Amino acid sequence: MLKQIEGSQAIAQAIALCRPEVICAYPITPQTHIVEGLGEMVKDGSLENCEFINVESEFAALSVAIGSSAAGARSYTATASQGILYMAEAVYNAAGLGLPIVMTIGNRAIGAPINIWNDHSDSMALRDAGWIQLYAETNQEAADLHIQAFRLAEELSCPVMVCVDGFILTHAYERIDIPTQKQVDDYLPPFVPVQILDVDDPVSMGAMVGPEAFMEVRYLQHHKQQRALALIPALAKEFRERFGRDSGGLLRTYHCEDAETIIVALGSVNGTIKEAVDEMRAAGKRVGSLSICSFRPFPLDEVRDALRRARRVVVLEKSLAVGIGGMLSEGVRNALSGISLKGHTVIAGLGGRAITQKALVDLLDSAARGELAHLNFLDLRWDVVKREINREQAVRRTGPLAENILRDLGTVADRIG
Amino acid sequence: MSVQDVKFYQTGTFTVGNRLLLETERAVQANMRRTNSLNSGHRACQGCGEALGARYAIDAAMYATGNRVMAANATGCLEVFSTPYPETSWQIPWIHSLFGNAAAVASGMAAAMRVKGRKDVRVIAQGGDGGTTDIGFGCLSGMFERNDDVLYICYDNEAYMNTGVQRSSATPPAARTATTMAVGKHPGNVFGTGKNVPLIAMAHHIPFVATASVANLHDLEDKVTRAMAIEGARYIHIHVPCPLGWGSAPADTIKVARMAVESGLFPVFEAEYGEITARQTIRRRVPVEEYLKLQRRFAHLFGKTPDLVTIAHIQATADRNIRVFGLAP
Repeated sequence: MLKQIEGSQAIAQAIALCRPEVICAYPITPQTHIVEGLGEMVKDGSLENCEFINVESEFAALSVAIGSSAAGARSYTATASQGILYMAEAVYNAAGLGLPIVMTIGNRAIGAPINIWNDHSDSMALRDAGWIQLYAETNQEAADLHIQAFRLAEELSCPVMVCVDGFILTHAYERIDIPTQKQVDDYLPPFVPVQILDVDDPVSMGAMVGPEAFMEVRYLQHHKQQRALALIPALAKEFRERFGRDSGGLLRTYHCEDAETIIVALGSVNGTIKEAVDEMRAAGKRVGSLSICSFRPFPLDEVRDALRRARRVVVLEKSLAVGIGGMLSEGVRNALSGISLKGHTVIAGLGGRAITQKALVDLLDSAARGELAHLNFLDLRWDVVKREINREQAVRRTGPLAENILRDLGTVADRIG
Repeated sequence: MSVQDVKFYQTGTFTVGNRLLLETERAVQANMRRTNSLNSGHRACQGCGEALGARYAIDAAMYATGNRVMAANATGCLEVFSTPYPETSWQIPWIHSLFGNAAAVASGMAAAMRVKGRKDVRVIAQGGDGGTTDIGFGCLSGMFERNDDVLYICYDNEAYMNTGVQRSSATPPAARTATTMAVGKHPGNVFGTGKNVPLIAMAHHIPFVATASVANLHDLEDKVTRAMAIEGARYIHIHVPCPLGWGSAPADTIKVARMAVESGLFPVFEAEYGEITARQTIRRRVPVEEYLKLQRRFAHLFGKTPDLVTIAHIQATADRNIRVFGLAP
């Protein structure tokens, strides 16, 4: 059914249709509306057979989900930003135990300086924890990916993160097609665990493993994700057949076939990117874009195929791997093994800095002219940066860096995207 | 006809002999069909108080629930010595996740049982003092305040033993650990630090809080049995000597545990909804020296010139416990 609805509410309704049995809630902007929505459904009785637990931290949120999942309940939680760092130990643990928990990340920057706006620093920080990571491009896809995520997680017994851009998606009102309960029930069978805490058949879970077997256990996590490379497109195909629309899959190309320049990105910024591609195509420029949905596992072969005929690739990243550049670029470079094209990394949109269509068009034009550096920072205010660097060279006790910059800027409102 | 009092304990030890009790009152461990929840063959040290306490506690929980019990275990000695794959000693469904989240994992297990309508299955969380009073404290308090249907058992051996005897917030004053060295002007752990988690648990107004000791295993079994009959958050804090960390003789584990109780340093009591409802009075009071002298972690107090000031300070703590908890007979 079509509804004009906030992204978080659409996600909450999609999760409710998946019949979760345990939901752990801890507030952190911008994911909070999702668990609030679910909590209301549990409380008013519209979501039955579900325990909604207000926990005391994100570490507890995922720990409770670990316990409930190990005891055989379909388990869900959501977090963002500092929250995923606070639960980091449990993030690795859930994957190591092979528990099919689904967790939404309302992507948000990480402090310091504290910042509630969108970028991908949070989920990127836990990219190698053993979770599958899917990035939603639209709110429709965000809702749909959760339905696919439970199926994927439970088929593989592997946890799945659905990454949804904070505010840009979570707080945006759009027209979303919310599936029927029957559609979801037909797609997502009841949870049948591969391992369970059962008093009639006791097992010990999470015991110590020494050097004699640890590598094999780790390898099998990798093997699961390799299986996911086939399963993710298969589930997306089945989803299309049952629900009548494209959502998920490993990646999506846009005008890549004859493109000389291809821009690669994760998440909602692909909407703006497509607008930029349309504008440039209309002007006869051969550009295309590649939206990667599955960042873990990273679809190396599919990315290579998409980029094979291009002359250059521009990787747009909403997180900065300090000291090197970007993590999406690292994946793309891995994918380029065997083919030769020019690669650029563009760090953009950190802490909610707006990524505009004009900036993207200028960026791709400068790439085509061969003027783009290896590592770039989109719309970085160099004057502000240089002033602070000069200050640091002149004075020892410069004081808090972020405050200096904000004092230099004077007003801040016009800088928020 | 003259009446003679029957003494239900043996002279000297105060241990009640099972043969003098009705069958229904006998210890779970005295039962031929005891479950050996923590089976033999594990890797605990000789004289490990924690292994003893855990077996009695979980056996009693199994007995009380008809073997419908599962446990979440914090990282620590108990986790490590009991389970390296494929040699688990546990006869119950058991999960180890992390050091600091046993209470939360148990909350999740209890939630799963609730949502599945499995009222018969009960959940226990367990950990050492580090996993309970320090790193797991947030999750423990959360589980308490939500009144989740979990019995949390803390096996308190007063330091981080698994990592090599480092101080925890349960380490007593003056005790030597690897991080409160027996050197300098004030050797050992400092006075005026640490926390009393049973009292903090009571402040959550949960249905049941108790302390227990491996010196009185029948009492421990009784408390676990009663705890399993209660719904909601419950906490049992068991004092378990660690021969390795305390520098006591493995054969003296029960003796050391008894001295801790009889000196007043470890008050044994129970509480319901935040109010103390029972305490184990001290029948034969001993000065703290008798307890301290059995342990090398306090050896720096008993050199050629004993540190009488510090010993008096510890005695004052014991005296205060006896007064505050009403432990005098």
